[in-house]
Amino acid sequence: MRRYAWIVVLVALIAAWQAWVDLRSVPDYLLPSPGEIAHSLWNNRTTLAHETGVTLREMLFGFAMAVAFGLGAAIVLTRVGWLRNAVYPLLVASQSVPIIALAPLLLYYIGFGLAPIVVMVALICFFPITASALDGFDRAPADLVRTMRTLNASPRAIFWRVQLPWAAPRVFTGARIAASYAAVAAIFSEFAGSSSGLGDSMRDQLNTPLVGAAVVLLAALALGLFGLVTLLERWLVPWSHEG
Amino acid sequence: MVATAAGAPIAIREVSHGYGDLRVLDDVTLDVAPGGRLAVVGPSGCGKSTLLHLVAGLELPRAGSIDVDGSDDAAGRLAGCALMPQSDLLLPWRTALDNAALPLINAGVGRREARETAAPLFRRFGLAGFEQEPPGRLSGGMRQRVAFLRTLLAGKPVLLLDEPFAALDALTREELGGWLLDALDQEPRTVVLVTHDVDEALRTCDRIAVLSARPGRVLLTAATDGLSRDDVLEVLRG
Repeated sequence: MRRYAWIVVLVALIAAWQAWVDLRSVPDYLLPSPGEIAHSLWNNRTTLAHETGVTLREMLFGFAMAVAFGLGAAIVLTRVGWLRNAVYPLLVASQSVPIIALAPLLLYYIGFGLAPIVVMVALICFFPITASALDGFDRAPADLVRTMRTLNASPRAIFWRVQLPWAAPRVFTGARIAASYAAVAAIFSEFAGSSSGLGDSMRDQLNTPLVGAAVVLLAALALGLFGLVTLLERWLVPWSHEG
Repeated sequence: MVATAAGAPIAIREVSHGYGDLRVLDDVTLDVAPGGRLAVVGPSGCGKSTLLHLVAGLELPRAGSIDVDGSDDAAGRLAGCALMPQSDLLLPWRTALDNAALPLINAGVGRREARETAAPLFRRFGLAGFEQEPPGRLSGGMRQRVAFLRTLLAGKPVLLLDEPFAALDALTREELGGWLLDALDQEPRTVVLVTHDVDEALRTCDRIAVLSARPGRVLLTAATDGLSRDDVLEVLRG
């Protein structure tokens, strides 16, 4: 039962929120009530379903690209020692660049539509994956690596058969962090250069019930992606949950 | 089964080693005959594990030379030695059989052939029925058996066993000691066994070397035949 305690908390919070708005007669442009948000969800269901699909696609493609690029970068940087020394500090420093500030440039180079949004989501999401993968590769026990060297393993075999699987649970931790960024990254990117997606539904700041409805859907997307990554981890890295 | 020489000679000549200011080994000279079994005992931190790493070519000694099967360079020694560490270090994402077969796969043998080579050893050495279990479901003793078979399947003439049973309870250690003797009789190799268990050393090996506290120097080398536990302890106490 303890697993489902969050449902109780959620219901209590929604009830308290509704009561607060009703009892104090808070106008909806200051704070829409859960009821009004639910109403707006229903009334705008066709538009919202479409916008949710757009944002979902941006999140999924962007996240997939972040995983491919983030993991790929970590593998290359681990296998090529000098490159790691040359590039990794710059990569860390690059994380202080607000990607949103680059949005106009991306739009200029890539054009409008899905592509620049996906690239922005990927740029925002890849780093936790790279950092956690690099860390994971380094943490394969020295004893194990030494032993493997005496068991006919080349450096290449050690990487693919020991370091990579050893790092997998950590890579998934990074991927979960990245997954939790993806929703907000998609919205920011839509604000910067798109006229569709849930970000577009949030643009009318006075229509607070609609903004609330979009936030609810976005939260559902974020949870969904997070859950998907967790399921994938259980399937691909079952040993991290045993013993 | 595993195509290999039944053992190769090891010659350690005036080897000294250390890390930074720390002197770990001091002027160590030891010989192991082909197919011989040398036990190395000594207090904790006397450089026993370091000695194994040097023999295997995983590290280079600061002074002296080491020769394994006629090779005195690190790559040649690495080619001749297989190391079994104290903790089993099996890979949790592979079954017991695939763990044992890994050295064959590393050597370029196909997966299927590697399994077919490893499977009979499981049957011969008391692991039948555990082939498909992940290491996490095996007892500590079982895991060490798998780790030993993995070391054997590397096909090297020299086995370097670094306190292989130290992490086990006394009863299991006793049982596995007998198992190891049996396995080595069936699959003879040159063995260097590092241990702090004098009884295990005397039971398993034909020669024993006693090292001093750090920096490790050789206090005694002798045949284990006719040597008692007390004789060894006396040398250890100095």
